[in-house]
Amino acid sequence: MAFLDRGARTMLLWELLSGMALTLTYMFKPKVTLNYPYEKGPLSPRFRGEHVLRRYPSGEERCIACKLCEAVCPAQAITIEAEPRADGIRRTTRYDIDMTKCIYCGLCQEACPVDAIVEGPNFEFATETRAELIYTKEKLLANGDRWESEIARNLATDAPYR
Amino acid sequence: MPKLVVDGREIEVPAGVTVLQACEAAGVEVPRFCYHERLSIAGNCRMCLVEMEKSPKPIASCAMPAADGMVIRTDSPMAKKARKGVMEFLLINHPLDCPICDQGGECDLQDQAMAYGFDRSRYIENKRAVEDKEFGPLVKTSMTRCIHCTRCIRFATEVAGVEDLGATGRGEHMEVGTYVEKALASEMSGNIIDLCPVGALTSKPYAFTARPWELRKTESVDVMDAVGSNIRIDARGNEVMRVLPRLNEDINEEWISDKTRFACDGLKRQRLDRPYVRRGGKLVEATWPEAFGAIAEAMKGKSGESIAAIVGDQCDAESMVALKDLVAQLDSPNIDCRQDRAKLDASCRAGYVFNTTIAGIEAADVALLIGTDPRREAAIVNTRLRKRHRMGGFAVGVIGPHIDLTYKYDYLGGGGQTLVELANGRHAFAERLKAAKRPMLILGQGALARPDGAAVLGVARKLAESFGMVRGADHAAGAWNGFNVLHTAAARVGGLDLGLVPGPKGRDVAGILDGAEAGDIKVVFLLAADEINTKRLGEAFVIYQGHHGDSGAQRADVILPGAAYTEKNGTYVNTEGRVQHGYAAISPPGDAREDWKILRALSERLGFKPAYNSLKQVRARLIEISPTFGRPDAIVPSAWGQFGQAQSPVQPQPFLSPVVNFYMTDPIGRASVTMAKCTQAFVLKPAGKTGTDG
Repeated sequence: MAFLDRGARTMLLWELLSGMALTLTYMFKPKVTLNYPYEKGPLSPRFRGEHVLRRYPSGEERCIACKLCEAVCPAQAITIEAEPRADGIRRTTRYDIDMTKCIYCGLCQEACPVDAIVEGPNFEFATETRAELIYTKEKLLANGDRWESEIARNLATDAPYR
Repeated sequence: MPKLVVDGREIEVPAGVTVLQACEAAGVEVPRFCYHERLSIAGNCRMCLVEMEKSPKPIASCAMPAADGMVIRTDSPMAKKARKGVMEFLLINHPLDCPICDQGGECDLQDQAMAYGFDRSRYIENKRAVEDKEFGPLVKTSMTRCIHCTRCIRFATEVAGVEDLGATGRGEHMEVGTYVEKALASEMSGNIIDLCPVGALTSKPYAFTARPWELRKTESVDVMDAVGSNIRIDARGNEVMRVLPRLNEDINEEWISDKTRFACDGLKRQRLDRPYVRRGGKLVEATWPEAFGAIAEAMKGKSGESIAAIVGDQCDAESMVALKDLVAQLDSPNIDCRQDRAKLDASCRAGYVFNTTIAGIEAADVALLIGTDPRREAAIVNTRLRKRHRMGGFAVGVIGPHIDLTYKYDYLGGGGQTLVELANGRHAFAERLKAAKRPMLILGQGALARPDGAAVLGVARKLAESFGMVRGADHAAGAWNGFNVLHTAAARVGGLDLGLVPGPKGRDVAGILDGAEAGDIKVVFLLAADEINTKRLGEAFVIYQGHHGDSGAQRADVILPGAAYTEKNGTYVNTEGRVQHGYAAISPPGDAREDWKILRALSERLGFKPAYNSLKQVRARLIEISPTFGRPDAIVPSAWGQFGQAQSPVQPQPFLSPVVNFYMTDPIGRASVTMAKCTQAFVLKPAGKTGTDG
């Protein structure tokens, strides 16, 4: 009897019709595609995007050149050089991140004792040359200044779970 | 021999050792901060608490002598709880600033807090803060971190012999400092950085520059003085970051002098990183073939007698033998390794080495220092002399400069007159020497580097023989050789072993300079020789091979860039005659090359067939000339013989030490910023405010 049932389905184009019906239902559902450059999806406060170096509200840079991020970085993307600043305080003279090496694992921000290096919400930093992806201290601090309000909000949102 | 039980293991230890040492002998680690093998026992950190049976309280194992029948437990709940408690108390006032502390990563407190401490703090009150002290240009202080172990105080008083450091106040108000604000005036002060178990005392030149985990460690040998201290060179990339001591009981124990430790920043400055050739009175950059071509041009048609070579103070034996072979091929007898013109005799090895050995100083009972200032010429030897002095029953007599040696001595006189009197037994100190069981004398370069040096050497030999300083055959039991020459140059003994002295009818350094001035010497090869008066080189064509742009390079007509001691695998012979191998930590800068390779390439360019192509072959050649090179790290006793000229008269002028400024005795020290700061602070000593000058 099974061949009769199968034969009837084939003759009546049942698979085709059920497929069409599914297509028809999606026509009345809300759209999921985003018009990307103009529309963006939601981001978790833990999203690990482009790195920034933050400052204290006083304007003093947070990074104290402890080199823990450099040590923990599994891709060895971070290069730090440090010396006493003119006022005798421990600060970096060089803080480079090779964004082409970085694997965005977030261990650097986990290791940072002063929340200086943070992976911010920005993921749109594609460049035309590789050289532009070698981030210097100035670039990272500028990023920090630009993204500070979002990052501070994200850190505050995530704080209860840490 | 007390027998005791440690953690269930029975162990027998020598009488007089402490419980902590007994635990160590049993292979059990006991945490400690204040205890140090080479310092007196303070017992004030309480970290080494262990449980002892029949004792109601835990005991401080570092201060408790091991006794028969003790039952010690280091892993019982009581011991563990005691340690946790002590650690919590220590951390109450210790700031949690590990990320900005230079000790981070190599900190005893950090490690032991991880291993023995609580994982959180219960202390919520305010922490103590202490004002930082100023200890001079070498040691950076951060006194809030101090845990009052007093290691630095004990080191300064006991080992370094400067009673500058001390503690003021009691309990929470205790502060370690120098009483009045002053720099630590000791040539051994850097060692308190290693001793400090926390980050209270750290290195000022190294401050904040690197972390221990990013450094590449190379075990090597120091060349700043003739002691041959064992060091560890820490490098990052192609840069030497710091130099630390390496344990060697026979030489430097675990100390090194400040020059050894801090002069390494001179390796980055004033370096010769490419060949130069003088054209039209100016040194211009050149390539290796151009430099070799200029040398070949200058050598063309010159007879052997008109060519001379002077060897510097920090050369490795490999480059010296390469130069010796090159000079021999050029038919020149004019070669000398004694830049300071010391009248040392290369024919008898016992006449130019430190026969007693540095560790052997501890067996001596009377020492006679002749024309030497060991504190500045070889700080490690002076530390050993002081160690012997502290053991008691040790008399020191000094003929030469009247100086502070950090221990008491009898000042016998300033010059040759006193030495002759003593050798003839007409001096009061002669009785002391006669009564001594193991007398020794230390002959400095200040006594030898003068026109009557050979006579001084002869009188010293006579003195050593007549007072029984040389007894027994080479290896016999009870043999004692108390005749010692203290060198100031790391390359000197190696040079003399290899016979880098003028051949028959050859000229020594004075003769070479006279010849160059008179125009008889046409070509002078300086192998890193900077301590000569280059103005006296006259019209001679000067080839300088070395690593720093010092006085020799300024006068040179051709400069061949060589490698410094951190950049080459070299063999060095220290003042004891101990052969040691140094290893390259980094590569030479720019076009610079290892020195023996340069000399090998040059001799090939000059048309000679080189006898060696690899380091192994050069070292085989070293052994061929002097078999002692085949026995690294060992002392080969030297047979006593005839040396010096006891007959010729000794001049009465006072002996002067060749080292005036301890911090700048070589091109590396002169290029170093840290050494310049030390010179400013300790040698030049700017006149302080007197209270009347406003």
